[in-house]
Amino acid sequence: MSHAYDPERLASPSCPLPAGSDRVTLSHGAGAGASARLFDELLWPRLGSELLGARHDGAVLPVDRGRLAFTTDTFVVSPLFFPGGDIGRLAVHGTLNDLAMCGARPLALSCGLVLEEGLPLATLERIADSLGQAARAAGVPFATGDTKVVERGKGDGLFVNTAGIGAVPDGRDLRPARVQPGDAILVSGSLGCHGAAVLSVREDLGFESEIVSDTENLTGLVEDLLEAVPGAHCLRDPTRGGVGAALHEIAAVAGLEIGLDEAAVPVDEPVAAACELLGLDPLFLACEGRALVFVAESEATRALAALRAHPLGRGAVRLGQVAAGSARVVMQTRMGTRRLLPLPAGEPLPRIC
Amino acid sequence: MRFVDEYRDPDLARRLADAVLARASRRWTVMEVCGGQTHAILASGLDALVRERVELLHGPGCPVCVTPLETLDRAQALVERPDVTLCSFGDMLRVPGSHGDLFGARARGGDVRVVYSPLDAARLAAREPARRVVFLAVGFETTAPAVAAAARWARKQGLANFQLLVSHVRVPPALEAIASAPDRRVDAFLAAGHVCTVMGTQEYEPIAARHRMPIVATGFEPADILQGLLQAVDQLERGAAEVEIQYRRAVRPEGNPAARALLEEVFEVADRPWRGIGTLPGGGLRLRGSYAAFDAERVFPEVTGAGAAESPDCRADAVLRGILRPPECPEFGRACTPDHPLGAPMVSAEGACAAYFAYRAPEPEEDPP
Repeated sequence: MSHAYDPERLASPSCPLPAGSDRVTLSHGAGAGASARLFDELLWPRLGSELLGARHDGAVLPVDRGRLAFTTDTFVVSPLFFPGGDIGRLAVHGTLNDLAMCGARPLALSCGLVLEEGLPLATLERIADSLGQAARAAGVPFATGDTKVVERGKGDGLFVNTAGIGAVPDGRDLRPARVQPGDAILVSGSLGCHGAAVLSVREDLGFESEIVSDTENLTGLVEDLLEAVPGAHCLRDPTRGGVGAALHEIAAVAGLEIGLDEAAVPVDEPVAAACELLGLDPLFLACEGRALVFVAESEATRALAALRAHPLGRGAVRLGQVAAGSARVVMQTRMGTRRLLPLPAGEPLPRIC
Repeated sequence: MRFVDEYRDPDLARRLADAVLARASRRWTVMEVCGGQTHAILASGLDALVRERVELLHGPGCPVCVTPLETLDRAQALVERPDVTLCSFGDMLRVPGSHGDLFGARARGGDVRVVYSPLDAARLAAREPARRVVFLAVGFETTAPAVAAAARWARKQGLANFQLLVSHVRVPPALEAIASAPDRRVDAFLAAGHVCTVMGTQEYEPIAARHRMPIVATGFEPADILQGLLQAVDQLERGAAEVEIQYRRAVRPEGNPAARALLEEVFEVADRPWRGIGTLPGGGLRLRGSYAAFDAERVFPEVTGAGAAESPDCRADAVLRGILRPPECPEFGRACTPDHPLGAPMVSAEGACAAYFAYRAPEPEEDPP
């Protein structure tokens, strides 16, 4: 399929929307006509890149020698807009951060959109704006993409899938299996802001707060960290399931005991208050702009200083330490006692009392 | 966070724990009644701070756990009706009935929604008059006033499409059952502070007197719980058996008169089956006749719950009465886990068995002789 396109014309913000409807219809997914107009007039001006402009079935990228990191993530957040971001910004940062955790420098992104019939085009515009802004801010192009429309009732407005590839410089290996007994565990900032921000705007909960999602691109923070501490053992962004779930996963893969210091767990006061109210644990709420860092004890101070020197890591703290032993997460409580950190059964749900 | 951090101060907690150890001349057994207290005790490891002199037993105060299978099955059967929207609190929807949980019913196409307040369910009924909205009303005296408020609001609005499937339970009959068990292990109770905030403490006087047991209405933060323990141990050492209030910032002896009046208007005391314990006389609440039009059991009499038999291996009765500690049960952590609960106390995170399982100490737990 090929379309004539004129970047000059299409880049103009005044280009009209597809005529006849202000909402997504099934014809927007039909592959021609309205579908082509949706791409040309709405998506291209916001997400366009040289690679995307080739209008090929896929993007063809030059490859250097070395290793590539490749990741994908699908975003189904509800509501689509929340304090501090929206599904578009989240979809770009989520994939860039997965690359960053692999120690990769991002090269290109893909974007797959699943639109529900009836979605206001104005909503799609806002999200496409946000996808484009986040990718441009990171300096990473959308190389390829896809749009499908599903019947009304078969989607929740809009789903976004992004994938990303990045180049991994020689010598970097940040897999969970590299975590060692004695490693210090650091986190780049306070926990649970994203999860709490999304909960705060769910209409069925309806509490008022000033909590803002922490969604950010961590590429720069990770580059600064790895420059200071090239031998860091493992990085992880604690998204769904939060820091608690991430630590459980790493303990299981590394076969080591993770010790967590309750008094060190950084939680902003509004998030702590929301969690008190709803009976949730900030350790298990999603973060979208935080990194967990495992480094040798001898490098912990340098790593912490590198994190704190970056604007996105000012709140970095030391959370605990890895020990030999069985795969489990042990909390040193504020009271000085030790207990296992249990993994919750499912999605965090407000308790009865 | 103000009004919270003060009660989580580790130094204060240590001083209180040391005072408990110093005051106790022997090892006492104290039961905390409420699942919220159980959660706080295990999350902070308070049991370990006083283990030398106090054995803490987790009580039956998890409303999710004690909701009978028959009620859960009835809720499942209601969800199968295409006109019914079933609402409840989030953790209620995860509790397995005889045929899976309500999230499973939703996956099969049932209209099941999580609400944070019963009033949200009533408002949903007002907004969607074509739906029959049923709220699965579970909880102790703490939750019941909000449900009563929803029922009263619905009656005022003349809502015909809002019903309550009521499984409210009352704390005092459960304490009576535990206190009067012939092989009782419990020496004193920490009563549930929030229940007492609503109901006051007068109902507990006869239980304390009849069974010669201290009862201390206690809060939920580490310092609250340790102070409640200190008061209970002090009474035990003195040979006293009084009702005391530790949670003074919330509890008055007379409770909350407005909430009690609301309960009185909408509900009456009734015998109720408790999952794992059996029917307790006066063990729960049911809607009064004047609210019959809002009672799902009366409006949908044809919808019943099968209530399959519990596993014969489950010792919930002994656990919930404080006779058996969960780790002493032969099935605990073996055939019975939170993923595959054999019975009531393992089904919700605040159930006694589930709490023990989740927060078990990393080292093998050793009780002093």
